[in-house]
Amino acid sequence: MSKKTVELEVSRTPEMGMDFRPAHGVLPPVDLTEPVLRSEKMLINVGPQHPATHGVLRLVLELDGETVVRCLPHIGYLHSSFEKLGEYRTWNQVIPLTDRMDYLAPFIYNCAYAMAVEKMMGVEVTERCKVTRVVMMELDRIFSHLLWLGTWAIDVGAFTPFLYAFQQREKVYTLHEAYTGARITTSATRIGGMMADLPEGWLEGVREFVNQFPQTLDEIESLLSHNAIHIGRTQGVGVINGEDAINCGFSGPNLRASGVPYDVRKDRPYYDYETYEFEVPIGEHGDCYDRYMVRIEEMRQSCRILHQALDRLPDGPMNVDDPRVILPSKTDLMNDMESMIHHFKLVMEGVKAPPGESHFSIEGSKGELGMYVVSDGGSKPVRWRVRPPSFINLSVIPKLVEGGLFADVIMVNASLDIVLGEIDR
Amino acid sequence: MNDLSPTAFLVTSSIKVFLVFSVLLAVVALMTLMERRLAGFIQDRLGPNRVGPFGILQPAADGLKNILKEETMPATANRFFFVLAPALAIVPAVITFAVVPFAAPLETPWGTVGMIVADIPIGILFVLALGSLGVYGLFLAGWASNNKYAFLGGVRSASQLVSYEVALGLSIVPVLMLAGNLTLPQIVWEQQQLGFWYVFPLSLAFILFVISAFAETNRLPFDLPEAESELVTGYHTEYSGMKFSMFFIAEYSHILTASALMATLFLGGWSIPFWSGDHMIWYEGMLISGFTAAGEPVAANPAWWKTLLTFVSFALKTAFFVLVFMWVRWTLPRFRYDQVMHLGWKVMLPVALAYVMALAATILVLDQLGVEGFLFGAVLTAMSTLATVIFVFFIDSDRLISGSAVSGTDREVRSPVRTVDRPTLRPGSGVGAGR
Repeated sequence: MSKKTVELEVSRTPEMGMDFRPAHGVLPPVDLTEPVLRSEKMLINVGPQHPATHGVLRLVLELDGETVVRCLPHIGYLHSSFEKLGEYRTWNQVIPLTDRMDYLAPFIYNCAYAMAVEKMMGVEVTERCKVTRVVMMELDRIFSHLLWLGTWAIDVGAFTPFLYAFQQREKVYTLHEAYTGARITTSATRIGGMMADLPEGWLEGVREFVNQFPQTLDEIESLLSHNAIHIGRTQGVGVINGEDAINCGFSGPNLRASGVPYDVRKDRPYYDYETYEFEVPIGEHGDCYDRYMVRIEEMRQSCRILHQALDRLPDGPMNVDDPRVILPSKTDLMNDMESMIHHFKLVMEGVKAPPGESHFSIEGSKGELGMYVVSDGGSKPVRWRVRPPSFINLSVIPKLVEGGLFADVIMVNASLDIVLGEIDR
Repeated sequence: MNDLSPTAFLVTSSIKVFLVFSVLLAVVALMTLMERRLAGFIQDRLGPNRVGPFGILQPAADGLKNILKEETMPATANRFFFVLAPALAIVPAVITFAVVPFAAPLETPWGTVGMIVADIPIGILFVLALGSLGVYGLFLAGWASNNKYAFLGGVRSASQLVSYEVALGLSIVPVLMLAGNLTLPQIVWEQQQLGFWYVFPLSLAFILFVISAFAETNRLPFDLPEAESELVTGYHTEYSGMKFSMFFIAEYSHILTASALMATLFLGGWSIPFWSGDHMIWYEGMLISGFTAAGEPVAANPAWWKTLLTFVSFALKTAFFVLVFMWVRWTLPRFRYDQVMHLGWKVMLPVALAYVMALAATILVLDQLGVEGFLFGAVLTAMSTLATVIFVFFIDSDRLISGSAVSGTDREVRSPVRTVDRPTLRPGSGVGAGR
């Protein structure tokens, strides 16, 4: 024990500020004629295991007192090599990998991937499937923002909003479970459709959730939005202007908080988003408070979209009638030779995509989520690449926190709304 | 009903010490349960309700768990101070209670026993002195752990407690000016005589005292020394088992003591409002209930039921403040370190000083005019209410808590973000609308 301790002592140099005790050896001479305030900088690890890093992010901070001089994010603790793993899976088998990337908004990732592959294959999903996916994606936008809101509240020191938010999240979990059987890793989409049609009563469940959810949001807002301490902690913290935000590659709520009204749903609409009535909240100051307000407002807008989507959800088939991608019905399988062959081929070889590549980007909960897939005509992707919004948003954190206080690091980190599963992939 | 014999004094004092100490610790244990149940109520969940009826035995289970848990100690910790720190944290918190009177004197066959552990003439100075000692426990814990989070927590606690000590002291000065005495029983007595709880004529001092007390007890929104989102758990990051539990008990003892002080200094202590039957004070060796017009002391008639009633009164007032402590904790976010310092030095201190000056001037004028009794209290109430309104107006208008250190912008209450209903740039549809 004692030997180990000695080693530690020696390995710490005063320059690193790792030791609060006098350095071993002769102290440098001090000029007594003029008063010198000798201070050392301190290196401190926030993470990988820390209550406020939302996963296994590690921020190495160099502190001068409480002021952050330097911030160095370390990532990779959750690296799972999803993109490479995807190259050894058939097109449909990749889907479970997507929801493990962002376990806070699994549906959005499921959908983004399926849409990229469908675009490459030229498959047009049915109307019912489109609206269902919109419902899923908006539900998970709320789902993801709720987690952000809860952890944000904890990071600012208020515990109660966290539990209010999680109570609501619990309801979305239940909806996930009712549809897919899984609460987090939903894996709900398939190439050309969904894993199943919506269960009975599920839409009523969503409607009930959307109806009661805004009250809780109001309640949480009443605890935070106009609270002097909360405002004091977040306004003017982690400021980034619109130009810098674009140059840094920001997207999603973080970008919009800086005043840039860029929303993929409006700019390159997919799934008939141009026919839904909703507004894009944007901030003015680009600080933590604006990022907070933008997300709060986004949840309300998602509720609006959900109401419209639920109203317009048509009857009809959920999956496309395309034997290349969707299994034939059991009756056809037993009576029709061709269906039998399709079934055999699909089960044995999986969906086969024609050679080509496609990139499809959607408005994820954390920013612009892009999926890039390349096919050589086989049943597996040759390359699958994700444009990760959190990864790019996180890269700006040193710029936002340096010069601020230690507590600001926590707020900035919370305001960026990152998910480590997707950053490390 | 006169002085106790030395033997009786010794015996009753021992019993009082024992009773107060054990009741204090028992109440602290129940407070942990109360906090968790209250948090459950506020947060729309149940809270602990498995152990015993309504979870009443939960503190016992927690205590047992903490005693049986392994005590860990970092290899690089300073062993002596690491072990000493929890004790240093808990002792001042518990001892402070000694000078707080918790009921009217009790009539016994051996004489009248004051319901206070130590009726020392410098009661309030004793409170302030021990309050300052509390910082040693936290700071030593942070330093001895040889952990950076703990160290930062320790540094924060030292600067925070020292800063708010000043405001705390200044907010007590108005009480001393009205009571003219340092002992807490005398302060209770003066409030009975004035007919006003000091919370009314000294409302601003009360508010400052409450804020300082929150900072002194390290409770949210001032729990920076253990800010769990930044410093993991701050100064007690490295503590486990019973040593951690000691910090926990110390925090709750602090809350209890602070609540008892608030009740005593500003809410009339154990006195029961609108009832003169409980007016009692020791005066030249006898317990009196007042003076005749000629200045002759009138003997008081203590009784066991009066003691009981006044104790209930005291307990209710204290419990109210404990409730406020907990209520605030589960409602508010946490300050940032520089904001706490700003609030302490640039807001609380000047306001407290100005208030002391204004109050002193008002009292001087009233004394010169010969105003006494109810009118005296009423004028002070009006003056203090005005001061409070001004103070709250400034606090509420967001002028006092500065913005961030990052950009130096002034803070503002912003309206909700704008929303733009933009036309879509390239209306496309469905699949294929990507790049």
